[in-house]
Amino acid sequence: MAALCVAAAGLFVTRPAKLPDGALDGLSADPANGEQVFYAAGCISCHAAPGTTGPAKLTLAGGQAFPSDFGTFIAPNISPDPDHGIGGWTLSEFASALRYGSSPDGQHYYPAFPYTAYAHMTDQDIADLWAFWQGLPPSDVPSQPHQVGFPFNIRASLGGWKMLFMSKDWVVADIPSPEVERGRYLVEALGHCGECHTPRNALGGLDTANWLGGAPNPSGSGKIPSLAALDWAASDIAYYLETGFTPDFDSAGGHMAPVVQNFARLPAADRDAVAAYIKALQ
Amino acid sequence: MYKTIALVAGLALLATPAISQNINGAVKARQGQFNVLAINLGVLGGMAKGEIEYSAEAAGAAADSLVGVAMINQAPLWPAASDEMAIDGTRAKADIWDNWDDFQSKWDALGTAAAAMKVAAAEGPDAIGPALGALGGACKACHEAYRAPAN
Repeated sequence: MAALCVAAAGLFVTRPAKLPDGALDGLSADPANGEQVFYAAGCISCHAAPGTTGPAKLTLAGGQAFPSDFGTFIAPNISPDPDHGIGGWTLSEFASALRYGSSPDGQHYYPAFPYTAYAHMTDQDIADLWAFWQGLPPSDVPSQPHQVGFPFNIRASLGGWKMLFMSKDWVVADIPSPEVERGRYLVEALGHCGECHTPRNALGGLDTANWLGGAPNPSGSGKIPSLAALDWAASDIAYYLETGFTPDFDSAGGHMAPVVQNFARLPAADRDAVAAYIKALQ
Repeated sequence: MYKTIALVAGLALLATPAISQNINGAVKARQGQFNVLAINLGVLGGMAKGEIEYSAEAAGAAADSLVGVAMINQAPLWPAASDEMAIDGTRAKADIWDNWDDFQSKWDALGTAAAAMKVAAAEGPDAIGPALGALGGACKACHEAYRAPAN
């Protein structure tokens, strides 16, 4: 009986957080900045339908599979379709998803959706992104369920996970310049680079003591390289983010290909800022 | 019966070196293609970044090399059972063989980008940068679909 009370209290304390209705409505939204945020945050890379190329990638129909130690997650339809996507959401519901990993009907999202990073987005960027979102093409492809078995299919348990592994603080506290600060925002908030480039503990939380230190590829084959130990010059890093070419002129592939495509669309100053942040880690 | 088993085993032992030599040669050749591409991309990239002095002759020679590699017939270099699940030492995904037409069209796209680089190389260092971007896009498109992660 006592155990039940503790469990119920635990579920109550870790219930999904939400922003109050109309929370960000006072901000004046700029969809042009929203487009930049869209590319930096890499929504396309996970939510475009598999096999699409070019402008068709803007239709965020979902369907890509992400294998992990906890099961296989299938990206949902997040196009502005009112029935099959998120077209019926409000701005505060959108912000609650990004900031808290909470759905409009009060459920936790799986952290395959990198809200632990997006939690650091500014209110203005979220409002701008939502304004840009309204112009995206809708898709009526239904979202598919995740292939996650017991006990990981108990969404309520993610409340405890969030309590353990979400933080309001930046990972890197020591910021020597405004350029590195911009780089930190692009890496730790929007680009969510840590999600792949940082190793995880047994519960799937990021091992921030080894921030950007490289990790096994979650698909099971291969390794994702360390950025903290990357011995490239800052200009090499910026060039790679623009073209996909390494200093030896190998070309990016796998999951980095869409990242480079996104970063190529950002201003050069942003790529330089990411490079400065990475060099500042070393 | 045992004679038959011994005979089949013996033939299998004899056959294996011939098959694997064929595959090894193909793997070495196709990886060599990529090395040649990287070296010539390095020359052009150096000019685009201003690290190497631009010369129309050197840029043209590098572009010619890219065009030359893109002209190589790919089919003999990708024999069956030379994917990363079948052998070590390659990152070629089995998807290549399931989608050969798409693979071939991505290779052809490399040729198109290389031809554009040939034109840009004669124009000057400022033209090389964008042409290099297009080449990077061609490389990335194929790597994204058909190259397995590094170990």
